[in-house]
Amino acid sequence: MLRKWLDRLDPNFAKNGKLKRWFPLYEAIDAFLYNTNSVTKGSPHVRDALDLKRMMTTVVIALGPAVLFGLYNIGYQVNRVLAAAAEGVSLPWQMKLAALLGITPATIWGAVLVGAIYFIPVYIVCMAVGGAWEVLFAVVRKHEINEGFLVTGLLFPLILPPTIPLWQVAIGVSFGVVIGKEVFGGVGMNILNPALTARVFLFFAYPLQITGDAVWIGLDGVSSATPLARAAEAFPQLGTSWWDAFWGFIPGSMGETSTFACLLGALVLIVTGIGSWRIMIAILTGMTGLSLLLNLVGSTSNPMFAMPPWWHLVLGGFAFGAVFMATDPVSAAISNTGKWIYGLLIGAMVVMIRVLNPAFPEGMMLAILFGNVFAPIIDKLVVMRHIKQRRSRYEER
Amino acid sequence: MLEHYLSLFIKSIFIENMALAFFLGMCTFLAVSKRVETSLGLGVAVVAVQAITVPVNNLIYNHVLKAGALEWLGFGELDLTFLGLITYIGVIAAIVQILEMTLDKYFPALYNALGIFLPLITVNCAILGGSLLMVERNYTFGESVVYGFGSGIGWALAIVALAGIREKMKYSNVPAGLRGLGITFITAGLMALAFMLFSGIQL
Repeated sequence: MLRKWLDRLDPNFAKNGKLKRWFPLYEAIDAFLYNTNSVTKGSPHVRDALDLKRMMTTVVIALGPAVLFGLYNIGYQVNRVLAAAAEGVSLPWQMKLAALLGITPATIWGAVLVGAIYFIPVYIVCMAVGGAWEVLFAVVRKHEINEGFLVTGLLFPLILPPTIPLWQVAIGVSFGVVIGKEVFGGVGMNILNPALTARVFLFFAYPLQITGDAVWIGLDGVSSATPLARAAEAFPQLGTSWWDAFWGFIPGSMGETSTFACLLGALVLIVTGIGSWRIMIAILTGMTGLSLLLNLVGSTSNPMFAMPPWWHLVLGGFAFGAVFMATDPVSAAISNTGKWIYGLLIGAMVVMIRVLNPAFPEGMMLAILFGNVFAPIIDKLVVMRHIKQRRSRYEER
Repeated sequence: MLEHYLSLFIKSIFIENMALAFFLGMCTFLAVSKRVETSLGLGVAVVAVQAITVPVNNLIYNHVLKAGALEWLGFGELDLTFLGLITYIGVIAAIVQILEMTLDKYFPALYNALGIFLPLITVNCAILGGSLLMVERNYTFGESVVYGFGSGIGWALAIVALAGIREKMKYSNVPAGLRGLGITFITAGLMALAFMLFSGIQL
């Protein structure tokens, strides 16, 4: 039925139809619901079931556990504070809406629903504003809209704190989509990860709403430092156990807290071959290496020096970034050797920012952007070295 | 002591990156970053010139220009700091010329590889900026050697990274109005955003 309806609309969008201007929108809906109708003609021609749509959908599926757990954790954190606090905490509109609908975050499903009340408006704003820019660029520049934006549009809300004002979401996603991606020509041609670009933009433009201690729990003026921020003050006293941090019962951005959920996502990405295991392992190695080195060096004034790698792994956005952000095939290094170098660079940078830079408690997003900046030159040098090796081997003979 | 030099070195490469934190040397940074090979050549040239001119200017400042520096000639009350800017430019131009002739004579391969970039460096504001910052911060001679070397490497790193990105961007479909310098400016801005990760590190 849907197919018939689309087919009936088709002539309107064809070359001479009256709505031909809006062809990209029609094409996107058609490709989203069914299959892409653009087929490679001529050579080279690779026959593969893995197209862009399937690739992006796999990433969205891999994000599933992180999203679900993120929703639960928003509600869980709110409930934890509400249960401990005396009467009279002023509730934000999300909680008032939840009370109106008769949802309390005290039960598991209640917590998930409360989380959804926080998450879904952010997600909708992100998809609507970002999607509008995508359509605008596609229509004006006559290229197609593709599923890449589904991933950016889901990743971006997951790395925001639950209290983020919606207008900032709109500004951030506009910057990420337009400056981070569309000015380079759209999906597959950008140099930096658009979701991260958007978050870094917000981070530097509106630091009050995206960093500090008061933003991580969805209630007004409730101060609760992330364990990572607390670690910078006094490392061994984090106020949370390692397992709590591993499962994700800690305050943080909406989707990044649970290392376990990220590992599930990593499993999906690695098994399907979408995400590069080399990058993930390399980031882990780089992080472990530098943090062990800093453990050895030690410091009397900076407690972060003593933080072992297994804590770096479960705190902050490390797992989320390593699994979903750094492996973005567009902005990461492409060659296999390059992937190792790129991952090691990111892993070392994360620890460096977390430990040595007092200005930022968390370093994953900037470390990945830094890796993105150097990914092209890493690839280039790897290729140059390879050519040189092959040539010398040839000349020896 | 060694630790102090090491932290100054790292600081001048990353935290106070000439191109991406101070935005110095932008003209060559944007113009000569189309290919990785040429930008590598320019980067090496900048490192060499920076590592020579900053210490030399340091010596000139401390022993000729600074207030009371001409004590040894009997002009103890003389303060020639107002001649600073013009002296540094002169020194840079002279050293670039000498370097060019020396390379031409003794290392023709390197000279040919650097080509036009060596004279071009005379007008690179990162080089002058290095000397001026050195004076402003009262670096000792040892510090100025480290600073000159480090800031040159930082600038070279930035231009090579930008060249890598621009080579990759050949496959991008940039809107017609932004092709060329427009998108390069945006790229440099995004790179500077990523380099913000070093801001705030105290060494």
